[in-house]
Amino acid sequence: MNEILQVENLRVEYPGGRLRQPAKIALHGLNLQVTQGEVFGFLGPNGAGKTTTMNVLLGFIPPTSGSAALFGIDVRQPIARQRIGYLPELTYYYKFLTAEELLRFYAKLFGLSRAETDLRIKKLMALVELEHAASRPIKSYSKGMRQRVGLAQALINNPDLLILDEPTSGLDPLGRMKVREIIQRLKDEGKTVFFSSHEMGEVETVCDHVAILHQGELKAAGVVADLVTQYRADNLEQVFLKIVGYQPQEVA
Amino acid sequence: MSRIWAVATVVIKELYRRKDFYVLFVLTALLTLGALSVNFFDDPKIIRYVKDICLLLIWLSTLIIAIVTTARQIPAEKEDRTIFPLLAKPVSRGQVIAGKFLGCWLASGLALLVFYIFFVAVTGLREPHLMWGAYLKSMFLHWMMLAMVVGLTLLGSVIFTAVSANVTICLIAIFGILVVGEHLAKIAVRQAEPVRTITYTLFYCLPHLELFDVRAQVVNNQPLPGWLDCGLASLYAAAYTGVLLYAAWLLFRRRSLST
Ligand SMILES: Nc1ncnc2c1ncn2[C@@H]1O[C@H](COP(=O)(O)OP(=O)(O)OP(=O)(O)O)[C@@H](O)[C@H]1O
Ligand SMILES: [Mg+2]
Repeated sequence: MNEILQVENLRVEYPGGRLRQPAKIALHGLNLQVTQGEVFGFLGPNGAGKTTTMNVLLGFIPPTSGSAALFGIDVRQPIARQRIGYLPELTYYYKFLTAEELLRFYAKLFGLSRAETDLRIKKLMALVELEHAASRPIKSYSKGMRQRVGLAQALINNPDLLILDEPTSGLDPLGRMKVREIIQRLKDEGKTVFFSSHEMGEVETVCDHVAILHQGELKAAGVVADLVTQYRADNLEQVFLKIVGYQPQEVA
Repeated sequence: MSRIWAVATVVIKELYRRKDFYVLFVLTALLTLGALSVNFFDDPKIIRYVKDICLLLIWLSTLIIAIVTTARQIPAEKEDRTIFPLLAKPVSRGQVIAGKFLGCWLASGLALLVFYIFFVAVTGLREPHLMWGAYLKSMFLHWMMLAMVVGLTLLGSVIFTAVSANVTICLIAIFGILVVGEHLAKIAVRQAEPVRTITYTLFYCLPHLELFDVRAQVVNNQPLPGWLDCGLASLYAAAYTGVLLYAAWLLFRRRSLST
């Protein structure tokens, strides 16, 4: 199998801050593999360590121990990021640039040729439906429009692996639908998508594999249908709730 | 190199899309023209005062532009979270530092050029012969000095996370160096021992920005240092800036940036 994303024994501690508090352990020896062509849902309650994992994958924070690799290249090397696209959890971009200038800038960082850049920008602006606003500074955009610029920039280099941190947060139902369509289309093109989400229904419809993280540890991983049978649940949401230890309470 | 250049162009674009530069330019222009309007007697001495004032304003304005532009680069990237999509691209942190430096230095150079064109148009043209060589040298030395200022401020912006703290500290440090830096050796002689060595060390370690200040010669139409000396001075500036950028890279390289 073609391992595109590989995490081995990953441990991340955040320093405790000024008051000599103990270090916060965000990930305890995480192991994860994503193979080519998968749409992989990365789930877990708030604070589970999803964003932390992505931060390591993108080289923003160094692992305390363990390793992470993209396309078999250690994430500490910039070249590991040549074939990936990344959408951060909260997106803000250079406000004084227009969407088109922003995409052009990122294209230069990937070393795309001018002709290819023009082509990609045209295609992506149409894909995220921002053609009408392409030459307006980003500061005049609404939240949903910014999220769509984010998606466009993540796709500028026609990446083989997409790492998306809550791609549908802040979008209206129509916007969510569009994002799901885009993920589906990428999957059909044979791309790999690794994304975090809190929307179980959404994950069930687009993902073939999921991993559920809780308090920095991997609790379950595999094909959605297998997990549902294994946990004797009706759907992914119930699996999730069982794993995080939710007990339904009696209503008085 | 193309990645460094791409980062630099964004910095330059930001400078001319923000208002700070225009405000300072208009202020300098107004003050200079105001000083010039005193010139109704056509007294040849007056032009000297005007040159003096104009050059002083250019020094202050370009220092402020260089420091304010540079100081906000890395902290603003973090605050606006633009650092994350940026570093998610195949750029190294060293390339980001280099690009930021290049952008800020070129942007300050651009501002400097505009100011000098204004200066020559207002005062230089009133002189019997235009001293192209002197103006060119003075601008060149000034630009080399700004390289050290930009390097120092960039290092500061990696150390201090708040923009305002960094701007204040860099302004004080740089004006301090300009005002007392050259006198430190003289001060050192008069001190008792531990202080003396410390003062001498400071004298040798601090950047000698004042070496690049040839305003007095330009104002008084005195000969400026030769091109060879200018070359040596720029070597000094380049070496100093290199050390500052290396330090900034060392600090930034392993910095944990969590979203
Ligand atoms: N910079 C930081 N310093 C200290 N602790 C941090 C830092 N960033 C995250 N943490 C802690 O690490 C843990 C994991 O956080 P992380 O952001 O990875 O969670 P998440 O799964 O992305 O959550 P969410 O669904 O809310 O986005 C949390 O307990 C959080 O408090
Ligand atoms: Mg998160």
